[in-house]
Amino acid sequence: MPTIRFEQVEKSYGAVRVLPPLDLALDDGEFTVLVGPSGCGKSTTLRILAGLEELSGGEIFFDEKPISDLASKERDLAMVFQDYALYPHMNIAKNMSFALRLNKTPKAEIETKVRRVADMLNIGHLLERKPAELSGGQRQRVAMGRALVRDASTFLFDEPLSNLDAKLRGKMRTELAEMRDTLDKNMVYVTHDQIEAMTLGDRIVVMSEGVIQQQGTPEELFKAPANKFVAGFIGSPTMNFLNAELTSKKDVLFAKGDGFELPLPKPLAKSLNGYAEKTVTLGIRPSSFSSDTKIGTPIDLRLVVSEYLGAQSTLVTRCGDAEVLVEHDSSSPVRTGSQLTFGVRTDELMVFDKNTELRL
Amino acid sequence: MTTASKLNRLTPYMFLAPAVLLLAVALLYPIGYMVYASFLDWRPSQYISEAEFVGFRNYVNLWNDEAFLESFGVTLKFAAVVVTLEMLLGVGLALLLDRNLRGLAALRTIFILPMMIAPIVVGLMWRYMYHPTVGIFNRTLKSWGLEPIPWLSDGTWSFIAVVIADVWQWTPFIFILSLAALQSLPQSALEAAELDGATGWQKIWHIKLPLMMPVLIVALLLRLIDAFKVLEVVLVMTNGGPGLSTEILSLRIFRTAQEFQELGVAAAMSNYLLILLMLLTTIMFVYNKAVENRAARLRAAAEEA
Repeated sequence: MPTIRFEQVEKSYGAVRVLPPLDLALDDGEFTVLVGPSGCGKSTTLRILAGLEELSGGEIFFDEKPISDLASKERDLAMVFQDYALYPHMNIAKNMSFALRLNKTPKAEIETKVRRVADMLNIGHLLERKPAELSGGQRQRVAMGRALVRDASTFLFDEPLSNLDAKLRGKMRTELAEMRDTLDKNMVYVTHDQIEAMTLGDRIVVMSEGVIQQQGTPEELFKAPANKFVAGFIGSPTMNFLNAELTSKKDVLFAKGDGFELPLPKPLAKSLNGYAEKTVTLGIRPSSFSSDTKIGTPIDLRLVVSEYLGAQSTLVTRCGDAEVLVEHDSSSPVRTGSQLTFGVRTDELMVFDKNTELRL
Repeated sequence: MTTASKLNRLTPYMFLAPAVLLLAVALLYPIGYMVYASFLDWRPSQYISEAEFVGFRNYVNLWNDEAFLESFGVTLKFAAVVVTLEMLLGVGLALLLDRNLRGLAALRTIFILPMMIAPIVVGLMWRYMYHPTVGIFNRTLKSWGLEPIPWLSDGTWSFIAVVIADVWQWTPFIFILSLAALQSLPQSALEAAELDGATGWQKIWHIKLPLMMPVLIVALLLRLIDAFKVLEVVLVMTNGGPGLSTEILSLRIFRTAQEFQELGVAAAMSNYLLILLMLLTTIMFVYNKAVENRAARLRAAAEEA
């Protein structure tokens, strides 16, 4: 499996620049997820890697060999498309074996390979059918199967689950995770869904407006987001952002805002040198609230709506004028409109610069 | 069921009846007239009621009429040759020009111009270009020091000349239909083929042509039907000659009625052509229906799954 490296890769359509110069390195055998809101350049990046779009500048290296002049078929890639892109006039067996038939693989070998992959994906009984005779989930499997039969060194996925309903998406996500662990391949996966990114990626690359905001393991992104965008994009329910002023009282730094005053932990306070008396953005994860007020620092919130999700509920509350989401154990019921007191685990607080939005 | 509700069910038909009747009469009367005429020995100088009824004699006699059989053969040959050439050229051009390069839009518009010209004008235009001394082809040949070609005075050459004119006029028809079919192909399937390692030719052969097939078959049948009925271009260019070398069926029918004044025989010939064309049209309808049914069945099957 080659290591893949993007060096100052950029893309413009005429005067419109969709991708400013971008550097990215993908390790051998890694499952990399490119994630970001629509229009962030993640699909363009993938399509450039696939050779379906020409790059306007920079170079991509496979094992340090430049490949931007190579056609798609010479890059040893297999791709799963968002709309599956099956060949409508071929049956499933023919769809899956197209690449092998083109490169004149012996018939018996083709049959074994197709059969093996089809059985693995539970589509063995569908081989004689045409794509139009399959359900969305089955088509998705065939698209996956067609890529797997190829035995290419790198697999590209362009939002492969976004056309499935929620239940099926969850199921396919699990199967993909299983595949990731059993196959020793490079996988590059594009999605706008942060849950897919978190559950599948060895490494996640968060993009926004063509720029890589941060890359790292799911845990790194969750615990140490580089900026407000990443902090807000990763994690569900999303992080709460509150305007706060930093004030110092007897050696302790407090973040004070409309309806709250929270002490900041020592290590964080240390890195906030020079921000005293300034306005910053305070980030609190919904999971940082505890209904046990003995934990952390108490905060008073007024409940607006309680969204029951099962064992957990998401509480939509107000702190002053700001909306604050709270993750709450459903077993202790709460009443809409009531004033609630929670304990905030202050060691999980994050502070962002108001202008640069970088985490401090 | 009560009488009232029975009446209610009939109401829509009662409203439709006048229109349907009018349409039926307008459509069927001329055809019925022609079918009736084909059983008569009828001259233009007679009222149709004075014509002698001869049963199937006109039809039977045609089987021994060498000129008719020859012209039937010419028509088959003409239709086969022009439609084959038009399909190959039209589809080929469409495959060639199906890309987003600057200037191609204008070029595509120019390509479909011939189709817009009245056939009679096309015939005249080509007749002058084929002129033995002042026509552009022979003048060009002469300027290169080559022998002139007897375009319209030699049996084989005049057939070729007529074929060229028809191909010139009707290739654009296949071209625009093919281009439309190409541009509605699923783009991602072609990208998938690209990644699967298909070369340009392999993409055409394995993906594009099979997916275009429903459109191509309809285009083929439409052209075939039209080619069997061609008249003006041939009439103006060669008037069927020399000899019977370009005497296509419509021309034969026209002359049987106009020159030989045998309206009954002409009607019988027309009916043979009609039967042939009805056969082709039926094939087209049956095919379309089959495609539709298959699509509907597949959709139903997929939705159930």
